[in-house]
Amino acid sequence: MKRALFVLPLLALTGVLFAQSGGITSMDGGDCFIESLTAEDAPNDAGGGVDITWTVALDTALPDSMVLERKDDSGIWAAISTLNPINGRKTDNELENGMEYSYRIVPFYAGTAQDPSIEVSASSSTQWIHSGRIGMLITLVVISLVIFYYIDQGKRGKELYIRRIAGLTAVEDAVGRATEMGRPVLYIPGIMDMDNIQTIASMVILGRVAIKTAEYGSSLLVPTCRSVVMSVAQEIVKESYLQVGRPDAYKRESINYITDDQFGYAAGVDGIMVREKPAAIFMLGTFYAESLILAETGRSVGAIQIAGTAMPSQIPFFIAACDYTLIGEELFAASAYLSREPKLLGSLRGQDIAKLFFMIVIVLGVLTATLGEAWEPASKVAVFLKTITSVE
Amino acid sequence: MSWEVIGIWLGALLSLCLYSFLYKDNPFYKFAEHLFVGMSAGYWVIYAIMNVLVPNWWQKLVPLEGGFQPIWLVPGVLSLFMLFRLIPKLAGLSRLSLALIVGTGAGISITAMLQTRALAQVNGTIIALGQGGGWFDWVSNIIMVTGVVCGLVYFFFSKSHTGVFGGAANVGITLLMVAFGASFGYTVMARISLLIGQTQFLLFEWLPTMGIHL
Repeated sequence: MKRALFVLPLLALTGVLFAQSGGITSMDGGDCFIESLTAEDAPNDAGGGVDITWTVALDTALPDSMVLERKDDSGIWAAISTLNPINGRKTDNELENGMEYSYRIVPFYAGTAQDPSIEVSASSSTQWIHSGRIGMLITLVVISLVIFYYIDQGKRGKELYIRRIAGLTAVEDAVGRATEMGRPVLYIPGIMDMDNIQTIASMVILGRVAIKTAEYGSSLLVPTCRSVVMSVAQEIVKESYLQVGRPDAYKRESINYITDDQFGYAAGVDGIMVREKPAAIFMLGTFYAESLILAETGRSVGAIQIAGTAMPSQIPFFIAACDYTLIGEELFAASAYLSREPKLLGSLRGQDIAKLFFMIVIVLGVLTATLGEAWEPASKVAVFLKTITSVE
Repeated sequence: MSWEVIGIWLGALLSLCLYSFLYKDNPFYKFAEHLFVGMSAGYWVIYAIMNVLVPNWWQKLVPLEGGFQPIWLVPGVLSLFMLFRLIPKLAGLSRLSLALIVGTGAGISITAMLQTRALAQVNGTIIALGQGGGWFDWVSNIIMVTGVVCGLVYFFFSKSHTGVFGGAANVGITLLMVAFGASFGYTVMARISLLIGQTQFLLFEWLPTMGIHL
């Protein structure tokens, strides 16, 4: 494990060093209007692209237009683009990797082609590492190492504190209320599929809610917007019921698929709310415009509502219409909070350290950028911090 | 009666059926709801077949230009595993497909989330406080930087919100609430414009079909 942690950055560095390949040809154009022409493999792509860059001579007559040509397999030049007679750059896409392509530019004066520029050649190739994302890679590796460290600490039994999150403290109360009232618990996992990180977080919380409903003997309804989410939800709820020794209470048909359509789903869930009258409603996951429709209907049936999403535009609606709202990252912290598993708590602690790191970078960056307006060395620090946090 | 008029009437009647929910749950709303859910579910099944399954799998397994690409049998088999959920004895196989979907989704999200929700935000916040030149820019920049830092403090989970730390967290959540309030107002305006659009449809397209011109 420890060896792997050292080997990973080395592998990444090796990848970077060997990633950039592909032909580069640069030629001087002599007396032609095209002063220089360069062709090289387009960087940081999955291949299939060649960048062609040219400069024009300012001391010769200006052509009306220029045509970029590529030589085909039979050696015939074919126009691929018309260019303005100025310095420029163009990427020729959808090429075959490893095959060499030749280019030239032909200037046109009064509609007549003149002597073409020199020919340049290049081949396209795939890059394994995006050089513009090295900063991100390093950040990711460092954060991962910190998280691994705290997970290890958690596993060793170190006490890891987590502050109270009101919305999550209320989970047990909400399920208990539903049990007392003899009404079901409705769990809405958002409208996105299982490749969405918020849906994944929501599924983990569903597992904890299902444990509570199994313990209390409440019925749990989970209408889903995606068939895969339904399958995952069924597995998770089944597992939770097994965990507390109540497999008999698990009802597969309570976890059903409605429709992929956003508002069709909202209409269907609204119908469930007004007919089943759940006493507790959980809305955790990714929500868009349907958030207020669902939250308002839930409120109208008198349910206690706990909502959570990382969609900034929908959080205000949940705050306005729900009893408790998990804002942004609280949704991701919920699984650790509810389960108190050392592994998850360690991961949460590691993420806090990452936040601290970002805070330090921001404060340092702002201070140096402000001071840098009057003192050059500070400006260099600010530029460095901007560079390591830049993304392409 | 033209197809256009039939379409207008269908749209208007279904709109009224859905609006009737504002009074209470009733058979008209139930009809519109079931029609909507059923039609959208059917639509998405066909959409998934024609726009996902055929171009992304079938046409790659058996390309139009000929040949057979056996590698594409792998996703086909994994998809088949999902259907095995219907057979209790083989249902466990679907977990393989689910694990692949969840694992891939989480893995891909890590870089995207770090890029857009962490690094890009940090990068955008690193500015000179005097950027812009005027006193208003100074104030705006200070509020932005303070908001970001205090907002991050609020999302610290491994330290209790007490003392100076708690004060910073309070500043953070207060600024977040101000931002949410602005966002709420902005979105409500957008929703009102949708309501206006639907009302205009009823008043200026549906009513004229009955000879009522406003």
